Amino acid sequence: MGRLLRQHEFYVAVILVGFSLLVGLVNPAFFSLWNLFALLKSSAVIGIFSLGLLLVLISGEIDISFPAIGVVALYLTNLFFSGIDYEGTVLLPFLMAAGIGVLLGSINAFVIARFQLPTLIVSLGTLSAFQGFILTFVDTRIINRLSDPMIDYSRSKALSFGGEGGPVYSIHTSVLVFLLLAVVTWILLRYTTLGRGVYALGGDRQATRRAGFRIWKIETFIYLYVGFLAGIAGLIHSAHVRSGNPFDLVGTELNVLAAVVLGGARIGGGRGTVLGTVLGVLLITVMNNSLILLGIPSYWQRFVTGMVLIVAVVLPQVRHLRSPQPA
Amino acid sequence: MSEPAPRKPLLRRILTADDNLNRLILVSVAIFAAMVALNPDSFLTLRNFVSMSYSFPELGLLALGLALCMITGGIDLSVVGIANLTSVLAALLMVSLLGPDSPPAAVVPVLALAIAVALVTGVLAGWCNGMIVSRFRIHPVLVTLGTWQVFSGIAIILTKGYAVPGFPDAFLALGNGRFLGLPVPLYLFLAAAAVVALVLNRTRFGLSLFLIGTNETAARFAGIPVRSVLVRTYMSSGFLAALAGIIMIARTNQAKADYGESYILQAVLVNLLAGVRWSGGYGRVTGVLLAVVTLQMLSSGFNMMRFNNFARDFTWGVFLILIMVANHLFTERKRRRESAAATPRPAPTPNQETPSS
Amino acid sequence: MPPPQFLELDDIHKRFAGVHALRGVDLSIREGEVHCLAGENGSGKSTLIKVIAGVHPPEEGRVRIGGSDLDPVTPLESIRRGVQVIYQDFSLFPNLSVAENLALNNEVEQGRRIVRWSRIRATAREALARIRRELPLHRPVGELPVADRQLVAIARALLHDARLVIMDEPTTALTQREVENLFTVIENLRAEGIAILFVSHKLREVLRISERLTILRNGSKVAEGPTTDFDERSITEAMTGRSVRDEKFHYTAGPGARPPVLEVEGLGRPPAYRGVSFRVDPGEIVGITGLLGSGRTELALGLFGLLPAREGSVRLDGQPLRIRSVEEALAAGIAYVPEDRLTEGLFLEQSIHRNIIASILPELAGRFGFLDFARARREVEEWIRDFGIATPNAEVPAQSLSGGNQQRVLLARWLARTPRVLVLNGPTVGVDVGSKEAIHQRLRALAAEGMAVLLLSDDLPEVVSNCNRVLLLREGRLAAEFDESVTEETLNAHFAETAGTAGV
Repeated sequence: MGRLLRQHEFYVAVILVGFSLLVGLVNPAFFSLWNLFALLKSSAVIGIFSLGLLLVLISGEIDISFPAIGVVALYLTNLFFSGIDYEGTVLLPFLMAAGIGVLLGSINAFVIARFQLPTLIVSLGTLSAFQGFILTFVDTRIINRLSDPMIDYSRSKALSFGGEGGPVYSIHTSVLVFLLLAVVTWILLRYTTLGRGVYALGGDRQATRRAGFRIWKIETFIYLYVGFLAGIAGLIHSAHVRSGNPFDLVGTELNVLAAVVLGGARIGGGRGTVLGTVLGVLLITVMNNSLILLGIPSYWQRFVTGMVLIVAVVLPQVRHLRSPQPA
Repeated sequence: MSEPAPRKPLLRRILTADDNLNRLILVSVAIFAAMVALNPDSFLTLRNFVSMSYSFPELGLLALGLALCMITGGIDLSVVGIANLTSVLAALLMVSLLGPDSPPAAVVPVLALAIAVALVTGVLAGWCNGMIVSRFRIHPVLVTLGTWQVFSGIAIILTKGYAVPGFPDAFLALGNGRFLGLPVPLYLFLAAAAVVALVLNRTRFGLSLFLIGTNETAARFAGIPVRSVLVRTYMSSGFLAALAGIIMIARTNQAKADYGESYILQAVLVNLLAGVRWSGGYGRVTGVLLAVVTLQMLSSGFNMMRFNNFARDFTWGVFLILIMVANHLFTERKRRRESAAATPRPAPTPNQETPSS
Repeated sequence: MPPPQFLELDDIHKRFAGVHALRGVDLSIREGEVHCLAGENGSGKSTLIKVIAGVHPPEEGRVRIGGSDLDPVTPLESIRRGVQVIYQDFSLFPNLSVAENLALNNEVEQGRRIVRWSRIRATAREALARIRRELPLHRPVGELPVADRQLVAIARALLHDARLVIMDEPTTALTQREVENLFTVIENLRAEGIAILFVSHKLREVLRISERLTILRNGSKVAEGPTTDFDERSITEAMTGRSVRDEKFHYTAGPGARPPVLEVEGLGRPPAYRGVSFRVDPGEIVGITGLLGSGRTELALGLFGLLPAREGSVRLDGQPLRIRSVEEALAAGIAYVPEDRLTEGLFLEQSIHRNIIASILPELAGRFGFLDFARARREVEEWIRDFGIATPNAEVPAQSLSGGNQQRVLLARWLARTPRVLVLNGPTVGVDVGSKEAIHQRLRALAAEGMAVLLLSDDLPEVVSNCNRVLLLREGRLAAEFDESVTEETLNAHFAETAGTAGV
């Protein structure tokens, strides 16, 4: 029990439950299965993004370019597959989106790993460059008609029950994809030498080099993986909204950052878990989606996002500064 | 220097002793030449230069504030948020207190009030940033990323997302007026830049910024009041952002809660181009001035070539990366040249295990 | 028959961009031998270590490890032949567990891609068994005390079938008792036939632990032989190249009864220290010594306002004084030269000029905070001349100076304030013997001028020869006070007592 109380994840879970109860009290509609499953579905995109950002934060950096990677991936993929009236399996679009993500990730990886530049500022540049690229050289129009496999995917469910006269409740496939990727990331971080290298890098760069790791390899992997996840998340987003909008997603990086930080990843590196991140994502999703249930107008959204991010970074620090040992 | 100075190459004599500044001068001359070549009819015109000097002061003011923070080793991403919040407040005050036919006698005090409220709010917003950064020791990137949303968020809540248009002419003069043939915003910017330069180079506060940016712990041990200096730094940045906000709405005659969000990228870009070190401890106002003008030339040139906003965002992004890479390569080369010089480096930093390579 | 030579270096030369860092150095170590490498900062010790480790291949000379030449000398080959270096910073991961820190390097080296935690723990247990220690395997290394971290680093090194372990200044951060523990570990290793190269400039330790000794000066070997052939004086002379005066500081109270400069009464900031009372008269150099964790540094930070005391009172020149911040301490005339020059002291990339005036900005500032640069330049020039800081001009960045000169810059910064009380925390750590002596002379001169000097140090010879009174701090309380007749032996005896009662 003592050990549980020291785990950051425990507190996040408590806050998540507490907040949910609060919302449920104000508006009982919150606890309907339908709403809960909708929440899960809408957590998938932020969730997949956040798995990538988790790696970056553990390694001691901050990346904000992933939404732009998502946009490029979703736009080009949908443009292509709608254009050819694609009819086959949905796996191919996913493959393409992930591939585009990896490609753009490799640009980040090259600049960051080769020139040892700070990720945040690099990603500020690539964020603008990636999105600007689409809008300048491809198109600025929204793709309204997705290809059939994408539409099918948007209606797909991983699990459904009820029916037979009653309402049908179903969990969207995206939730499954998120879970799957979370498990993959967890295994990667916990059971591979590469994953431990990410933690090592965030712990002590010099020691990582001396231990025999190739730092550029670890960094390259991180940004390729971020790109991979961002491509998938972008495509899923387009399926959820059933359109390919080149102006979407950019702006969500703050929600994602807040989720990962709430989940216990430490800015400065070395710490963070998949479980914590998933809980952080759920917490952020519940907060964002509950504003309406609580009767707060939507134009409060941005203010709330900002406040949540600040509270998320200040709170653990207060605990840290209060701890007995001097600075 | 007692010995007769050897004849330096012409270029060396023109250039300053500061490598960063020299590179920047070369870059801006090159960009100037390129823009003239690409827009032979329109770039080298008085009209173009006047119009440029209307538009870069906003960015310049934001970049100056950012520069102060970057010199301390921090960053203020919330400057655009502060500019929008303060300008929305000023706009709401003016619009609600003044009708279309208010007498001039009523206009002046209201304008003064609106401007004062905007500036004070900017300083307060900066105070919030500074307090969170210095008290909780959280990385300024995160703090100001958050407060950016909060400040913009408040502006959105106040306006419900709509634009607030229609200000008195006396106010619009701040953005569109001329004095002695030159745009008023230009004067405001140059005045601000002069004050910032004076403060940075001549005062106790200014020197403290450089020392904190170089080694914050050592600054504390040296008795420099780090917390209060940091708070004042972010307050200054907030003030400059508010000033930028006032010029922005005076120029466009409307206040919008989400105006100019791409300015933040450009402001960072200006500072990197100016050679302000992102890890702190180095930066010059001359550099910022030159970098702002350079960026403006690029921007105006693009306009003439009918680049749209998106193309510009793309270019800024690519440009930012290129500058960072170039800066990196230059410092690498300089370090190598320095270690090649006769002076031994008695305290090699752990990263330089192989200075010979 | 003596055991065979394990390491033989023959006429090693190494240049860095024109600097001749090693000039024909020979060094040989037998299996199971504890060998000390001594020398001032910048004498080439670190470079020599890196040559052996393969990080800096030599330009000339032969490196022979385990009976055959290394050609070329590479890190991998050096490790393969059993050479392990424990760097001063230990190269550990504070965020990872003890077990993982012990096993991770091994995993990487063996090219494993998949982590099996049972294997990690087994490796870790095996490593700890080698040094016959127990450590909590799941604890993050960042939560361990320094001595335990060092044990982790040593245990990790042994995993690689180490036959020569190189320890770079291993005792800098250790308390007396921990040093003893370390020596026990070294003895155990030696008994197993593992050779140790112990790099240090602490002469007592060098004499205690080693069998043979090599001394470097300016990149050349100046002495070598069985340790029994040396004593402290001969080592110092070999390191500095000149004979060292060993005068003891004597305090003579001036005529008439002068009031004390500093009176501390029941000062405390529990749990770090409490009930500390002492006084310092003008012209005194009072030493405060104690183990790491005795509250020594905290007490100093209390006097300087960085960690304000919560109990008790301080009087300066008879006037009661509350020190709640650095500003207040400075205003009252208390100056503090911090422990760690590089992280707490210097602004490495800034000029010497800026480094010196950093503490007198308020004095230099006139109306609206504008600085009087003419005065600043005069001050700085004066200090550079006065301290004999070796630099072409004041605009040179502090990082280009040697350790000794850097420490002089720091002293100048604080003396520029003409403090009433000068508190120094380990003022000569990592400073070469020549500068060390210059600094000591300076302190005596300052005391003679009537300044009250408080010297915190765990360098017992330094305390004994420079202080006219020594206070011993133990577990946050003043445990004993000695007058100038105190000897190292007495202090050591008291330390031993501390170790006994602490009973960790």
